Amino acid sequence: MTAITATVFKSFVSNLGKFTIDSVRGLGKLGLFFIKAFFYIFIPSMQIKKILEQIYFIGMKSVFVICLTGAFTGMVLGLQGYYTLVRFGSEGALGSLVALSLIREMGPVFTAIMVIGRAGSAMAAEIGIMRISEQVDALYTMDINPISFLVSPRLAASIISFPILTSLFDLIGIFGGYITGSLLLGANTGIYFAKVEASVIMADVTGGFVKSIVFAVVVVTICCYYGFNTHKRKEYGAKGVSISTTSAVVVSCILVFVTDYILTSFLL
Amino acid sequence: MNQPLIQLLGVNKKFGNNTVLRNVNLSIYKGEVTTIMGKSGVGKSVLLKLIIGLLDPDSGRILFNGSSLAEMSRSEKKEFKKKISYMFQGSALFDFMTVFENIALPLTETTSLKPDEIETSVHNMLGQLDLHNIDEKYPSQLSGGMKKRVAMARALVINPEIVLFDEPTTGLDPIRKNAVHDMISNYQKKFRFTGVVVSHEIPDIFFISQRVAMLDRGRVIIEGTPEEIQTASNAVVQNFIKGIDIHGTEES
Repeated sequence: MTAITATVFKSFVSNLGKFTIDSVRGLGKLGLFFIKAFFYIFIPSMQIKKILEQIYFIGMKSVFVICLTGAFTGMVLGLQGYYTLVRFGSEGALGSLVALSLIREMGPVFTAIMVIGRAGSAMAAEIGIMRISEQVDALYTMDINPISFLVSPRLAASIISFPILTSLFDLIGIFGGYITGSLLLGANTGIYFAKVEASVIMADVTGGFVKSIVFAVVVVTICCYYGFNTHKRKEYGAKGVSISTTSAVVVSCILVFVTDYILTSFLL
Repeated sequence: MNQPLIQLLGVNKKFGNNTVLRNVNLSIYKGEVTTIMGKSGVGKSVLLKLIIGLLDPDSGRILFNGSSLAEMSRSEKKEFKKKISYMFQGSALFDFMTVFENIALPLTETTSLKPDEIETSVHNMLGQLDLHNIDEKYPSQLSGGMKKRVAMARALVINPEIVLFDEPTTGLDPIRKNAVHDMISNYQKKFRFTGVVVSHEIPDIFFISQRVAMLDRGRVIIEGTPEEIQTASNAVVQNFIKGIDIHGTEES
């Protein structure tokens, strides 16, 4: 019995050790992947055309979905906020509630989540397909650095696009809150916007931007990394690409929430 | 005989428990087409990937002009990569790029040529390979044979010293196969590049190659001129040439 327990314990410790070493090694590889991708944005030359193409794909093509989700998020905040605040006779604070919730938290997080769904999954799938069809190997053979060619423009484009999309989300959301809170439920319009103006300080805006930039880095690094390493999966071909894409979306969503908590605890 | 341009000395390569190459020794000479033949799954493509540096050998050495690839400095490796080109078995064309962009890619990314010079080079190459009016098409709009030729155009556009062809005729009809073999042979004579072709198209390979090597179960079992290979007494070689499988259909 003791021998069996000892074997089970040994196996548990061994597996735990292997998991820890693999995790640390994976994190190290991910970190190096990001550092290389960031470094190659500037070297050998700024890839302006590719960055602009990616800004169009990640940023411009996400505008509609960001406007739509921003509007409905703001409208829900307006509804929920109004009915909660009116119980305490503080419906005048609706503007502050909507604006601060959006600018500090919901804008950066929801924008990141929407971009993961729209562009992050596409990045993982596209690079994954390129990997399994030897297109990434073809880049190596042509002496073109695949990280510089595929990842760096996406990273640069996301760092530029995320804060702009977040601002758009915030702005549309504040108007969404105004539509439900003031136009539908009758909160005073002047007070609503006066509270928005009075309660939002520059630190809230910069905090939101810092979050959106960090989320851009997290999302692009994770999605491109999973796509880039599709060939190392146990599953081959289309199944490997689909699992890489799903994993990229799930892991980047989780990491957005985790980094949001960490950043918030530092920014508050 | 001259010093080999590329030399593999005692190269071994394993994937997990599967040993693909065992103590491979092979010499590739400048200005010649060397064909590596052998059954599917014996490590022919792996051998090409080791030469170009997509894979590293577990042990053994790969020499280019007498210098070990593993011991080359970064700049020496970069110089080596400028001289070598690879045509993939599945073409590996970028499906989001047009034919023109695919062929121009190595020039736009690795040279300082002006756009009009790149355009001229690409159009010259398209013309030489009889690829007319397809510059704006995407790879998905091309037939298998055309994709192969576009891949060949991309491999040749940088005027490489060495071109590695990984089964360039797979999936082509007999007419296209002959056309691709003719192209390799003609372009090798025209541009004087050193070609390494992985193929099992017998007897065509004997007409396009100056040297032939055969891989069997991870080893080079014979290496020589096409005549030497065709007249070799080795039973495995003769059976392969005649299309008889003495090992059975399963690869180790």
